Amino acid sequence: MTDLTRLTAAETADVVATGKASAVEVAQAHLDRIGAVDEKVHAFLHVDTEGALDAARAVDERRAKGEKLGPLAGVPLALKDIFTTKGIPTTVGSKILDGWIPPYDATVTKRLKDAGIVILGKTNMDEFAMGSSTENSAYGPTGNPWDLTRIPGGSGGGSSAALASYQAPLAIGTDTGGSIRQPAAVTGTVGVKPTYGGVSRYGMVAFSSSLDQGGPCARTVLDAALLHEAIAGHDPLDSTSIDAPVPAVVEAARNGNVKGMRIGVVKEFGGEGYQAGVMQRFNESVELLRELGAEIVEISCPSFKLALPAYYLIAPSEASSNLARFDAMRYGLRVGDDGTKSAEEVTALTREAGFGDEVKRRIILGTYALSSGYYDAYYGSAQKVRTLISRDFEAAFGTVDVLVSPTTPTTAFPIGERVDDPMAMYLADLCTIPSNLAGNAAMSVPCGLAPEDGLPVGLQIIAPAMADDRLYRVGAAVEAAFTGRWGHPLLEEAPAL
Amino acid sequence: MPGITREEVAHLGRLSRLELKDEELDHFAEQLDVIIGAVARVSEVAGEDVPPTSHALPLTNVMRPDEVRPSLTAAEALSGAPAQEQQRFKVPQILGED
Repeated sequence: MTDLTRLTAAETADVVATGKASAVEVAQAHLDRIGAVDEKVHAFLHVDTEGALDAARAVDERRAKGEKLGPLAGVPLALKDIFTTKGIPTTVGSKILDGWIPPYDATVTKRLKDAGIVILGKTNMDEFAMGSSTENSAYGPTGNPWDLTRIPGGSGGGSSAALASYQAPLAIGTDTGGSIRQPAAVTGTVGVKPTYGGVSRYGMVAFSSSLDQGGPCARTVLDAALLHEAIAGHDPLDSTSIDAPVPAVVEAARNGNVKGMRIGVVKEFGGEGYQAGVMQRFNESVELLRELGAEIVEISCPSFKLALPAYYLIAPSEASSNLARFDAMRYGLRVGDDGTKSAEEVTALTREAGFGDEVKRRIILGTYALSSGYYDAYYGSAQKVRTLISRDFEAAFGTVDVLVSPTTPTTAFPIGERVDDPMAMYLADLCTIPSNLAGNAAMSVPCGLAPEDGLPVGLQIIAPAMADDRLYRVGAAVEAAFTGRWGHPLLEEAPAL
Repeated sequence: MPGITREEVAHLGRLSRLELKDEELDHFAEQLDVIIGAVARVSEVAGEDVPPTSHALPLTNVMRPDEVRPSLTAAEALSGAPAQEQQRFKVPQILGED
Protein backbone atom coordinates (compact mmCIF):
# COMPACT_ATOMS: atom_id res chain seq x y z
CA MET A 1 0.00 0.00 0.00
CA THR A 2 1.31 3.44 -0.89
CA ASP A 3 1.95 5.88 1.92
CA LEU A 4 -1.35 7.76 2.22
CA THR A 5 0.38 10.85 3.61
CA ARG A 6 2.34 11.33 0.37
CA LEU A 7 -0.74 11.73 -1.84
CA THR A 8 -2.02 15.07 -3.04
CA ALA A 9 -5.46 16.14 -1.82
CA ALA A 10 -6.98 15.39 -5.23
CA GLU A 11 -5.46 11.90 -5.19
CA THR A 12 -6.61 11.34 -1.61
CA ALA A 13 -10.19 12.29 -2.47
CA ASP A 14 -10.05 9.86 -5.39
CA VAL A 15 -8.68 7.06 -3.21
CA VAL A 16 -11.54 7.59 -0.76
CA ALA A 17 -14.24 7.96 -3.42
CA THR A 18 -13.17 4.77 -5.20
CA GLY A 19 -12.80 2.83 -1.97
CA LYS A 20 -9.08 2.08 -2.33
CA ALA A 21 -8.77 3.33 1.25
CA SER A 22 -11.36 4.49 3.73
CA ALA A 23 -11.45 8.05 5.05
CA VAL A 24 -10.72 6.59 8.48
CA GLU A 25 -7.57 4.91 7.16
CA VAL A 26 -6.49 8.19 5.56
CA ALA A 27 -7.14 10.11 8.77
CA GLN A 28 -5.36 7.51 10.89
CA ALA A 29 -2.30 7.57 8.59
CA HIS A 30 -2.03 11.33 9.10
CA LEU A 31 -2.62 11.11 12.86
CA ASP A 32 0.18 8.52 12.99
CA ARG A 33 2.43 10.81 10.99
CA ILE A 34 1.66 13.66 13.39
CA GLY A 35 2.49 11.34 16.28
CA ALA A 36 5.78 10.41 14.64
CA VAL A 37 7.14 13.81 13.58
CA ASP A 38 5.31 16.68 15.24
CA GLU A 39 7.34 16.52 18.42
CA LYS A 40 10.21 17.77 16.22
CA VAL A 41 8.25 20.12 13.95
CA HIS A 42 5.63 21.53 16.37
CA ALA A 43 3.16 22.42 13.63
CA PHE A 44 0.09 21.68 15.76
CA LEU A 45 -1.12 23.37 18.93
CA HIS A 46 -4.02 20.95 19.28
CA VAL A 47 -4.66 17.62 17.59
CA ASP A 48 -8.30 16.57 17.54
CA THR A 49 -7.89 12.80 17.16
CA GLU A 50 -11.46 11.88 18.06
CA GLY A 51 -13.06 14.63 16.01
CA ALA A 52 -10.97 13.74 12.97
CA LEU A 53 -11.83 10.06 13.16
CA ASP A 54 -15.52 10.85 13.70
CA ALA A 55 -15.55 13.14 10.64
CA ALA A 56 -13.78 10.49 8.59
CA ARG A 57 -16.21 7.82 9.74
CA ALA A 58 -19.12 10.03 8.65
CA VAL A 59 -17.60 10.30 5.15
CA ASP A 60 -17.20 6.53 4.96
CA GLU A 61 -20.82 6.04 6.05
CA ARG A 62 -22.09 8.47 3.42
CA ARG A 63 -20.08 6.65 0.78
CA ALA A 64 -21.44 3.28 1.96
CA LYS A 65 -24.96 4.64 1.51
CA GLY A 66 -24.11 5.60 -2.04
CA GLU A 67 -24.26 9.34 -1.43
CA LYS A 68 -22.34 11.58 -3.78
CA LEU A 69 -19.26 12.98 -2.03
CA GLY A 70 -17.72 16.40 -2.57
CA PRO A 71 -14.37 16.79 -4.39
CA LEU A 72 -12.40 16.89 -1.12
CA ALA A 73 -14.49 14.51 1.03
CA GLY A 74 -12.28 12.52 3.39
CA VAL A 75 -9.20 14.68 2.84
CA PRO A 76 -7.42 15.71 6.07
CA LEU A 77 -6.64 19.36 6.78
CA ALA A 78 -4.65 21.42 9.28
CA LEU A 79 -6.56 24.53 10.40
CA LYS A 80 -4.78 27.68 11.55
CA ASP A 81 -5.63 28.35 15.17
CA ILE A 82 -7.21 31.69 14.31
CA PHE A 83 -10.53 30.18 13.14
CA THR A 84 -13.08 29.36 15.81
CA THR A 85 -13.97 25.70 16.16
CA LYS A 86 -16.98 24.76 18.28
CA GLY A 87 -15.87 22.64 21.22
CA ILE A 88 -12.18 22.71 20.20
CA PRO A 89 -9.66 25.15 21.75
CA THR A 90 -8.81 28.28 19.76
CA THR A 91 -5.84 30.27 21.06
CA VAL A 92 -4.66 32.48 18.16
CA GLY A 93 -1.20 31.63 19.49
CA SER A 94 -1.89 33.80 22.55
CA LYS A 95 -1.91 33.17 26.30
CA ILE A 96 -4.87 35.54 26.56
CA LEU A 97 -7.07 32.85 24.96
CA ASP A 98 -5.38 29.86 26.60
CA GLY A 99 -8.07 27.28 27.31
CA TRP A 100 -10.85 29.13 25.49
CA ILE A 101 -13.35 26.78 23.85
CA PRO A 102 -15.43 28.70 21.29
CA PRO A 103 -19.18 28.08 21.34
CA TYR A 104 -19.46 28.44 17.56
CA ASP A 105 -17.76 27.57 14.26
CA ALA A 106 -16.21 30.11 11.91
CA THR A 107 -17.80 30.11 8.44
CA VAL A 108 -14.58 28.61 7.06
CA THR A 109 -14.72 25.84 9.67
CA LYS A 110 -18.35 25.15 8.82
CA ARG A 111 -17.67 25.01 5.08
CA LEU A 112 -14.76 22.62 5.60
CA LYS A 113 -17.00 20.31 7.63
CA ASP A 114 -19.81 20.58 5.08
CA ALA A 115 -17.34 19.55 2.35
CA GLY A 116 -16.47 16.39 4.27
CA ILE A 117 -12.93 17.65 4.89
CA VAL A 118 -11.39 16.07 7.98
CA ILE A 119 -9.96 18.66 10.38
CA LEU A 120 -6.94 17.08 12.10
CA GLY A 121 -6.27 19.94 14.49
CA LYS A 122 -5.23 23.55 14.94
CA THR A 123 -1.88 24.89 13.80
CA ASN A 124 0.70 27.10 15.43
CA MET A 125 0.98 30.77 14.49
CA ASP A 126 2.49 34.06 15.53
CA GLU A 127 0.32 35.50 18.28
CA PHE A 128 -2.72 37.18 16.68
CA ALA A 129 -1.05 36.58 13.30
CA MET A 130 1.52 39.29 14.05
CA GLY A 131 4.83 38.07 12.73
CA SER A 132 6.73 36.44 9.89
CA SER A 133 8.36 33.50 11.66
CA THR A 134 5.87 31.87 14.10
CA GLU A 135 8.39 32.71 16.83
CA ASN A 136 5.84 35.10 18.34
CA SER A 137 3.59 32.18 19.32
CA ALA A 138 3.07 32.01 23.07
CA TYR A 139 3.38 28.23 22.70
CA GLY A 140 6.88 28.05 21.25
CA PRO A 141 8.24 28.15 17.69
CA THR A 142 7.67 25.76 14.78
CA GLY A 143 10.56 24.28 12.81
CA ASN A 144 10.88 24.44 9.03
CA PRO A 145 10.80 20.82 7.77
CA TRP A 146 13.64 21.70 5.36
CA ASP A 147 15.85 22.63 8.32
CA LEU A 148 14.36 22.47 11.79
CA THR A 149 16.67 25.22 13.06
CA ARG A 150 15.04 27.67 10.64
CA ILE A 151 11.68 29.45 10.66
CA PRO A 152 8.72 28.04 8.66
CA GLY A 153 7.52 31.55 7.88
CA GLY A 154 4.71 33.33 9.63
CA SER A 155 2.28 34.00 10.80
CA GLY A 156 0.95 30.70 9.39
CA GLY A 157 4.12 28.68 10.04
CA GLY A 158 2.24 25.78 11.61
CA SER A 159 0.10 25.34 8.50
CA SER A 160 3.05 25.52 6.07
CA ALA A 161 5.18 23.19 8.20
CA ALA A 162 2.31 20.66 8.46
CA LEU A 163 2.12 20.54 4.65
CA ALA A 164 5.87 20.33 4.09
CA SER A 165 6.24 17.50 6.64
CA TYR A 166 3.34 15.47 5.18
CA GLN A 167 1.24 15.81 8.31
CA ALA A 168 -1.65 17.09 6.17
CA PRO A 169 -2.20 17.56 2.42
CA LEU A 170 -4.28 20.70 2.96
CA ALA A 171 -4.15 23.62 5.36
CA ILE A 172 -5.86 26.94 5.93
CA GLY A 173 -4.03 30.18 6.56
CA THR A 174 -4.80 33.87 6.88
CA ASP A 175 -2.92 36.62 5.11
CA THR A 176 -2.84 40.19 6.47
CA GLY A 177 0.56 41.15 5.06
CA GLY A 178 1.84 37.86 3.65
CA SER A 179 1.07 35.26 6.33
CA ILE A 180 -0.07 32.67 3.77
CA ARG A 181 2.36 33.43 0.94
CA GLN A 182 5.61 33.94 2.86
CA PRO A 183 5.29 30.63 4.81
CA ALA A 184 4.46 28.88 1.53
CA ALA A 185 7.56 30.36 -0.12
CA VAL A 186 10.00 29.34 2.61
CA THR A 187 8.63 25.78 2.90
CA GLY A 188 8.31 24.96 -0.81
CA THR A 189 4.51 24.81 -0.72
CA VAL A 190 1.65 26.68 -2.41
CA GLY A 191 -0.29 29.46 -0.69
CA VAL A 192 -3.01 31.78 -1.97
CA LYS A 193 -4.36 35.04 -0.63
CA PRO A 194 -7.73 35.33 -2.36
CA THR A 195 -9.21 38.68 -3.32
CA TYR A 196 -10.21 40.57 -0.17
CA GLY A 197 -13.79 39.59 0.62
CA GLY A 198 -13.49 36.29 -1.26
CA VAL A 199 -13.43 34.13 1.87
CA SER A 200 -15.58 34.94 4.89
CA ARG A 201 -13.93 36.46 7.97
CA TYR A 202 -16.78 35.39 10.28
CA GLY A 203 -15.21 33.53 13.20
CA MET A 204 -11.69 34.45 12.12
CA VAL A 205 -10.11 36.33 15.03
CA ALA A 206 -9.54 39.87 13.77
CA PHE A 207 -6.08 41.42 13.54
CA SER A 208 -6.43 44.15 10.88
CA SER A 209 -9.92 43.90 9.46
CA SER A 210 -9.38 45.82 6.23
CA LEU A 211 -6.42 43.56 5.34
CA ASP A 212 -7.15 40.11 6.88
CA GLN A 213 -8.01 37.40 4.35
CA GLY A 214 -8.29 33.64 4.85
CA GLY A 215 -7.12 31.34 2.09
CA PRO A 216 -5.93 27.90 0.98
CA CYS A 217 -2.52 26.28 1.52
CA ALA A 218 -1.50 23.04 -0.19
CA ARG A 219 1.36 21.15 -1.81
CA THR A 220 0.00 21.58 -5.36
CA VAL A 221 -1.76 24.33 -7.27
CA LEU A 222 -4.76 22.10 -8.06
CA ASP A 223 -5.18 21.16 -4.39
CA ALA A 224 -5.14 24.84 -3.43
CA ALA A 225 -7.82 25.52 -6.07
CA LEU A 226 -10.05 22.71 -4.81
CA LEU A 227 -9.76 24.06 -1.27
CA HIS A 228 -10.29 27.63 -2.48
CA GLU A 229 -13.58 26.61 -4.04
CA ALA A 230 -14.65 24.78 -0.87
CA ILE A 231 -14.23 27.81 1.41
CA ALA A 232 -14.92 30.83 -0.85
CA GLY A 233 -18.17 32.55 -1.65
CA HIS A 234 -20.60 35.03 -0.18
CA ASP A 235 -21.41 34.88 3.51
CA PRO A 236 -24.19 37.05 4.93
CA LEU A 237 -22.43 36.90 8.32
CA ASP A 238 -19.48 38.96 6.98
CA SER A 239 -20.48 42.43 5.78
CA THR A 240 -17.30 42.69 3.67
CA SER A 241 -17.91 39.37 1.92
CA ILE A 242 -18.18 39.78 -1.86
CA ASP A 243 -21.63 38.91 -3.21
CA ALA A 244 -20.52 37.56 -6.60
CA PRO A 245 -19.68 34.15 -8.06
CA VAL A 246 -16.32 32.64 -7.04
CA PRO A 247 -13.82 32.84 -9.92
CA ALA A 248 -13.41 29.46 -11.70
CA VAL A 249 -10.18 28.57 -9.92
CA VAL A 250 -10.34 24.77 -10.29
CA GLU A 251 -10.95 24.97 -14.01
CA ALA A 252 -7.99 27.38 -14.27
CA ALA A 253 -5.76 25.07 -12.21
CA ARG A 254 -6.60 22.19 -14.56
CA ASN A 255 -5.73 24.33 -17.59
CA GLY A 256 -2.38 25.89 -16.73
CA ASN A 257 -1.26 27.96 -19.69
CA VAL A 258 0.42 31.32 -20.12
CA LYS A 259 0.56 31.42 -23.91
CA GLY A 260 -0.26 34.93 -25.10
CA MET A 261 -0.52 36.33 -21.57
CA ARG A 262 1.16 39.60 -20.72
CA ILE A 263 3.11 39.23 -17.50
CA GLY A 264 4.62 42.19 -15.67
CA VAL A 265 7.84 42.09 -13.66
CA VAL A 266 7.70 44.65 -10.86
CA LYS A 267 10.89 46.68 -11.17
CA GLU A 268 10.84 47.81 -7.53
CA PHE A 269 11.10 44.26 -6.13
CA GLY A 270 14.81 43.47 -6.23
CA GLY A 271 18.19 44.96 -5.52
CA GLU A 272 19.52 45.70 -2.04
CA GLY A 273 18.29 43.28 0.64
CA TYR A 274 17.38 40.55 -1.84
CA GLN A 275 19.32 37.29 -1.59
CA ALA A 276 21.27 36.45 -4.77
CA GLY A 277 19.90 32.90 -4.98
CA VAL A 278 16.34 34.17 -4.62
CA MET A 279 16.82 36.59 -7.51
CA GLN A 280 18.49 33.88 -9.57
CA ARG A 281 15.51 31.53 -9.20
CA PHE A 282 13.11 34.40 -9.80
CA ASN A 283 14.88 35.43 -13.01
CA GLU A 284 14.81 31.80 -14.18
CA SER A 285 11.04 31.75 -13.53
CA VAL A 286 10.58 34.84 -15.68
CA GLU A 287 12.65 33.19 -18.42
CA LEU A 288 10.49 30.07 -18.09
CA LEU A 289 7.30 32.11 -18.47
CA ARG A 290 8.76 33.63 -21.62
CA GLU A 291 9.60 30.16 -22.98
CA LEU A 292 6.04 29.06 -22.20
CA GLY A 293 4.74 31.78 -24.48
CA ALA A 294 4.09 34.73 -22.19
CA GLU A 295 5.07 38.25 -23.12
CA ILE A 296 7.23 39.73 -20.35
CA VAL A 297 6.90 43.45 -19.61
CA GLU A 298 8.79 45.46 -17.02
CA ILE A 299 6.42 47.45 -14.84
CA SER A 300 7.21 50.26 -12.45
CA CYS A 301 5.12 50.68 -9.30
CA PRO A 302 6.88 53.63 -7.63
CA SER A 303 4.56 53.79 -4.59
CA PHE A 304 5.41 50.24 -3.54
CA LYS A 305 8.47 51.59 -1.73
CA LEU A 306 6.08 53.14 0.80
CA ALA A 307 3.95 50.00 1.22
CA LEU A 308 5.86 48.59 4.17
CA PRO A 309 5.79 51.87 6.18
CA ALA A 310 2.08 52.33 5.37
CA TYR A 311 1.30 48.77 6.41
CA TYR A 312 3.09 49.15 9.74
CA LEU A 313 0.85 52.11 10.52
CA ILE A 314 -2.47 50.80 9.19
CA ALA A 315 -2.26 47.24 10.56
CA PRO A 316 -1.21 48.25 14.10
CA SER A 317 -3.86 51.01 14.13
CA GLU A 318 -6.61 48.55 13.29
CA ALA A 319 -5.12 45.99 15.70
CA SER A 320 -5.05 48.43 18.60
CA SER A 321 -8.78 48.87 18.12
CA ASN A 322 -9.64 45.21 17.40
CA LEU A 323 -7.71 43.87 20.38
CA ALA A 324 -9.55 46.17 22.78
CA ARG A 325 -12.11 43.37 23.04
CA PHE A 326 -9.68 41.35 25.14
CA ASP A 327 -10.72 43.02 28.37
CA ALA A 328 -10.86 40.02 30.75
CA MET A 329 -14.61 40.42 31.24
CA ARG A 330 -16.46 38.02 28.96
CA TYR A 331 -14.02 35.34 27.84
CA GLY A 332 -10.34 34.48 27.95
CA LEU A 333 -7.78 35.13 30.64
CA ARG A 334 -8.47 37.19 33.78
CA VAL A 335 -5.57 38.12 36.04
CA GLY A 336 -5.42 39.97 39.38
CA ASP A 337 -9.12 39.84 40.31
CA ASP A 338 -8.55 39.58 44.07
CA GLY A 339 -11.56 41.63 45.11
CA THR A 340 -9.57 44.82 45.73
CA LYS A 341 -8.99 45.92 42.13
CA SER A 342 -11.26 47.75 39.73
CA ALA A 343 -12.34 46.27 36.41
CA GLU A 344 -10.00 48.68 34.65
CA GLU A 345 -7.02 47.54 36.74
CA VAL A 346 -7.87 43.90 36.11
CA THR A 347 -8.09 44.60 32.37
CA ALA A 348 -4.63 46.22 32.33
CA LEU A 349 -3.06 43.44 34.42
CA THR A 350 -4.64 40.77 32.23
CA ARG A 351 -3.52 42.33 28.96
CA GLU A 352 -0.02 42.81 30.36
CA ALA A 353 0.14 39.13 31.34
CA GLY A 354 -1.74 37.73 28.34
CA PHE A 355 -0.16 39.53 25.37
CA GLY A 356 3.36 38.91 24.09
CA ASP A 357 5.92 41.53 23.13
CA GLU A 358 5.04 41.91 19.43
CA VAL A 359 1.33 42.31 20.19
CA LYS A 360 2.10 44.96 22.81
CA ARG A 361 4.45 46.76 20.42
CA ARG A 362 1.77 46.91 17.76
CA ILE A 363 -0.97 48.01 20.14
CA ILE A 364 1.26 50.85 21.37
CA LEU A 365 2.31 51.77 17.83
CA GLY A 366 -1.31 51.78 16.64
CA THR A 367 -2.44 53.85 19.60
CA TYR A 368 0.37 56.30 18.83
CA ALA A 369 -0.48 56.53 15.10
CA LEU A 370 -4.13 57.22 15.90
CA SER A 371 -3.52 59.82 18.60
CA SER A 372 -4.72 63.32 17.84
CA GLY A 373 -1.38 65.07 17.30
CA TYR A 374 -0.03 62.38 15.01
CA TYR A 375 -3.09 61.10 13.15
CA ASP A 376 -2.64 63.16 9.98
CA ALA A 377 1.11 62.59 9.70
CA TYR A 378 0.92 58.85 10.29
CA TYR A 379 -2.44 57.13 9.82
CA GLY A 380 -3.75 59.77 7.42
CA SER A 381 -0.62 59.64 5.25
CA ALA A 382 -0.63 55.83 5.30
CA GLN A 383 -4.16 55.90 3.90
CA LYS A 384 -2.99 58.18 1.09
CA VAL A 385 -0.18 55.75 0.33
CA ARG A 386 -2.82 53.03 0.15
CA THR A 387 -4.58 55.00 -2.58
CA LEU A 388 -1.32 55.46 -4.50
CA ILE A 389 -0.55 51.74 -4.31
CA SER A 390 -4.00 50.87 -5.64
CA ARG A 391 -3.41 53.33 -8.49
CA ASP A 392 -0.06 51.69 -9.30
CA PHE A 393 -1.80 48.31 -9.50
CA GLU A 394 -4.60 49.74 -11.65
CA ALA A 395 -2.10 51.22 -14.08
CA ALA A 396 -0.15 47.95 -14.17
CA PHE A 397 -3.21 45.81 -14.78
CA GLY A 398 -4.18 48.14 -17.59
CA THR A 399 -1.09 46.81 -19.37
CA VAL A 400 -0.56 43.25 -18.09
CA ASP A 401 -2.69 40.28 -17.00
CA VAL A 402 -0.67 39.40 -13.90
CA LEU A 403 2.42 40.65 -12.08
CA VAL A 404 5.24 38.46 -10.78
CA SER A 405 7.95 38.96 -8.13
CA PRO A 406 9.88 36.94 -5.59
CA THR A 407 7.49 36.15 -2.71
CA THR A 408 10.12 36.98 -0.09
CA PRO A 409 13.49 38.75 -0.30
CA THR A 410 15.31 35.83 1.39
CA THR A 411 14.93 32.13 2.12
CA ALA A 412 14.04 30.88 5.63
CA PHE A 413 16.25 32.53 8.24
CA PRO A 414 17.49 30.83 11.44
CA ILE A 415 15.15 30.75 14.45
CA GLY A 416 16.21 33.54 16.79
CA GLU A 417 18.00 35.65 14.17
CA ARG A 418 15.46 38.47 13.94
CA VAL A 419 13.41 38.24 17.16
CA ASP A 420 15.08 41.24 18.75
CA ASP A 421 15.03 43.33 15.59
CA PRO A 422 11.40 44.03 14.63
CA MET A 423 12.33 46.06 11.53
CA ALA A 424 14.43 43.19 10.14
CA MET A 425 11.51 40.83 10.75
CA TYR A 426 9.08 43.20 8.99
CA LEU A 427 11.21 43.13 5.81
CA ALA A 428 10.16 39.52 5.18
CA ASP A 429 6.81 40.90 3.95
CA LEU A 430 8.23 43.52 1.60
CA CYS A 431 6.81 41.96 -1.59
CA THR A 432 3.55 40.60 -0.20
CA ILE A 433 2.14 43.68 1.56
CA PRO A 434 1.04 45.73 -1.50
CA SER A 435 -1.62 43.14 -2.40
CA ASN A 436 -3.15 43.34 1.07
CA LEU A 437 -3.29 47.12 0.91
CA ALA A 438 -4.98 47.01 -2.52
CA GLY A 439 -7.15 43.95 -1.76
CA ASN A 440 -6.20 41.99 -4.88
CA ALA A 441 -5.33 38.28 -5.22
CA ALA A 442 -1.88 36.71 -4.97
CA MET A 443 -0.22 33.30 -4.85
CA SER A 444 3.17 31.86 -3.98
CA VAL A 445 4.32 28.80 -5.93
CA PRO A 446 7.69 27.00 -5.51
CA CYS A 447 10.32 27.96 -8.10
CA GLY A 448 13.42 26.11 -6.90
CA LEU A 449 16.06 26.05 -4.20
CA ALA A 450 18.48 28.91 -3.62
CA PRO A 451 21.93 27.58 -4.62
CA GLU A 452 23.74 29.08 -1.63
CA ASP A 453 21.64 27.43 1.10
CA GLY A 454 19.51 24.78 -0.64
CA LEU A 455 16.29 26.29 0.74
CA PRO A 456 13.00 26.86 -1.15
CA VAL A 457 12.23 30.04 -3.07
CA GLY A 458 8.72 31.18 -3.93
CA LEU A 459 7.45 32.92 -7.04
CA GLN A 460 4.69 35.42 -6.29
CA ILE A 461 1.93 35.90 -8.86
CA ILE A 462 -0.46 38.84 -8.40
CA ALA A 463 -3.81 39.22 -10.20
CA PRO A 464 -6.46 41.94 -10.13
CA ALA A 465 -9.29 41.68 -7.60
CA MET A 466 -11.82 38.99 -8.56
CA ALA A 467 -9.41 37.51 -11.13
CA ASP A 468 -8.12 34.83 -8.73
CA ASP A 469 -8.44 32.28 -11.55
CA ARG A 470 -5.47 33.90 -13.31
CA LEU A 471 -3.24 32.98 -10.37
CA TYR A 472 -4.13 29.34 -10.82
CA ARG A 473 -3.75 29.40 -14.60
CA VAL A 474 -0.22 30.84 -14.31
CA GLY A 475 0.67 28.89 -11.14
CA ALA A 476 -0.33 25.57 -12.68
CA ALA A 477 1.73 26.29 -15.81
CA VAL A 478 4.80 27.19 -13.73
CA GLU A 479 4.33 24.15 -11.49
CA ALA A 480 3.98 21.74 -14.42
CA ALA A 481 7.02 23.14 -16.23
CA PHE A 482 9.27 23.16 -13.17
CA THR A 483 8.14 19.72 -11.98
CA GLY A 484 8.89 18.41 -15.46
CA ARG A 485 12.33 20.03 -15.42
CA TRP A 486 13.17 18.75 -11.90
CA GLY A 487 11.64 15.32 -12.56
CA HIS A 488 9.63 15.48 -9.31
CA PRO A 489 7.87 17.96 -7.01
CA LEU A 490 10.30 20.27 -5.18
CA LEU A 491 9.21 18.99 -1.78
CA GLU A 492 10.70 15.56 -2.53
CA GLU A 493 14.11 17.16 -2.09
CA ALA A 494 13.38 18.00 1.55
CA PRO A 495 15.34 15.86 4.00
CA ALA A 496 13.54 13.02 5.80
CA LEU A 497 12.52 13.94 9.35
CA MET B 1 9.87 63.62 12.77
CA PRO B 2 10.11 63.40 16.55
CA GLY B 3 11.10 60.11 18.14
CA ILE B 4 9.24 58.47 20.96
CA THR B 5 10.20 58.81 24.61
CA ARG B 6 9.89 56.42 27.53
CA GLU B 7 7.24 58.72 29.04
CA GLU B 8 5.19 58.63 25.85
CA VAL B 9 5.31 54.83 25.81
CA ALA B 10 4.11 54.81 29.43
CA HIS B 11 1.24 57.11 28.48
CA LEU B 12 0.31 54.99 25.44
CA GLY B 13 0.46 51.90 27.65
CA ARG B 14 -2.10 53.47 29.99
CA LEU B 15 -4.33 54.45 27.06
CA SER B 16 -4.19 50.90 25.73
CA ARG B 17 -4.75 49.28 29.13
CA LEU B 18 -1.37 47.61 29.35
CA GLU B 19 0.27 47.57 32.80
CA LEU B 20 3.78 47.80 31.32
CA LYS B 21 6.78 46.95 33.49
CA ASP B 22 9.75 49.31 33.83
CA GLU B 23 12.07 47.16 31.74
CA GLU B 24 9.41 46.95 29.03
CA LEU B 25 9.19 50.73 28.88
CA ASP B 26 12.92 50.97 28.15
CA HIS B 27 12.85 48.12 25.66
CA PHE B 28 9.74 49.26 23.77
CA ALA B 29 10.78 52.93 23.70
CA GLU B 30 14.02 51.97 22.01
CA GLN B 31 12.38 49.62 19.48
CA LEU B 32 9.40 51.86 18.74
CA ASP B 33 11.75 54.78 18.14
CA VAL B 34 13.41 52.77 15.36
CA ILE B 35 10.08 51.59 13.92
CA ILE B 36 8.52 55.05 13.96
CA GLY B 37 11.66 56.47 12.35
CA ALA B 38 11.23 53.96 9.53
CA VAL B 39 7.48 54.31 8.98
CA ALA B 40 7.53 58.12 9.15
CA ARG B 41 8.45 58.05 5.46
CA VAL B 42 4.73 57.88 4.65
CA SER B 43 4.56 61.59 5.44
CA GLU B 44 6.40 62.18 2.15
CA VAL B 45 2.91 62.15 0.64
CA ALA B 46 1.30 64.16 3.46
CA GLY B 47 0.83 67.32 1.43
CA GLU B 48 -0.25 65.58 -1.74
CA ASP B 49 -3.78 65.94 -2.99
CA VAL B 50 -4.65 62.25 -2.74
CA PRO B 51 -7.86 60.92 -1.22
CA PRO B 52 -7.27 58.48 1.66
CA THR B 53 -8.28 54.83 1.30
CA SER B 54 -9.54 53.16 4.46
CA HIS B 55 -10.66 50.00 2.76
CA ALA B 56 -9.93 48.15 -0.48
CA LEU B 57 -13.60 47.51 -1.19
CA PRO B 58 -16.31 50.11 -1.63
CA LEU B 59 -18.21 49.40 1.58
CA THR B 60 -21.95 49.62 1.91
CA ASN B 61 -24.03 48.88 4.96
CA VAL B 62 -25.44 45.38 4.95
CA MET B 63 -28.89 45.00 6.45
CA ARG B 64 -30.98 41.96 7.22
CA PRO B 65 -34.63 41.60 8.24
CA ASP B 66 -35.09 42.01 12.00
CA GLU B 67 -36.32 38.49 12.65
CA VAL B 68 -35.87 36.08 15.52
CA ARG B 69 -33.39 33.38 14.55
CA PRO B 70 -31.32 30.76 16.36
CA SER B 71 -28.48 32.12 18.47
CA LEU B 72 -26.23 31.09 21.34
CA THR B 73 -27.97 30.08 24.55
CA ALA B 74 -27.09 31.98 27.71
CA ALA B 75 -25.03 29.02 28.88
CA GLU B 76 -23.10 28.93 25.60
CA ALA B 77 -22.51 32.68 25.64
CA LEU B 78 -21.24 32.43 29.21
CA SER B 79 -19.17 29.32 28.59
CA GLY B 80 -15.90 31.26 28.34
CA ALA B 81 -16.63 33.75 31.11
CA PRO B 82 -13.88 34.12 33.74
CA ALA B 83 -16.66 34.45 36.33
CA GLN B 84 -20.45 34.34 36.16
CA GLU B 85 -23.44 34.68 38.43
CA GLN B 86 -27.17 34.31 37.76
CA GLN B 87 -26.68 33.93 33.99
CA ARG B 88 -24.60 37.09 33.83
CA PHE B 89 -20.93 37.97 33.36
CA LYS B 90 -19.50 38.73 36.79
CA VAL B 91 -16.94 41.53 36.61
CA PRO B 92 -14.75 43.37 39.13
CA GLN B 93 -15.92 46.68 40.54
CA ILE B 94 -16.63 49.24 37.79
CA LEU B 95 -17.79 52.28 39.79
CA GLY B 96 -16.18 53.87 42.86
CA GLU B 97 -17.40 53.30 46.43
CA ASP B 98 -19.31 56.58 46.71
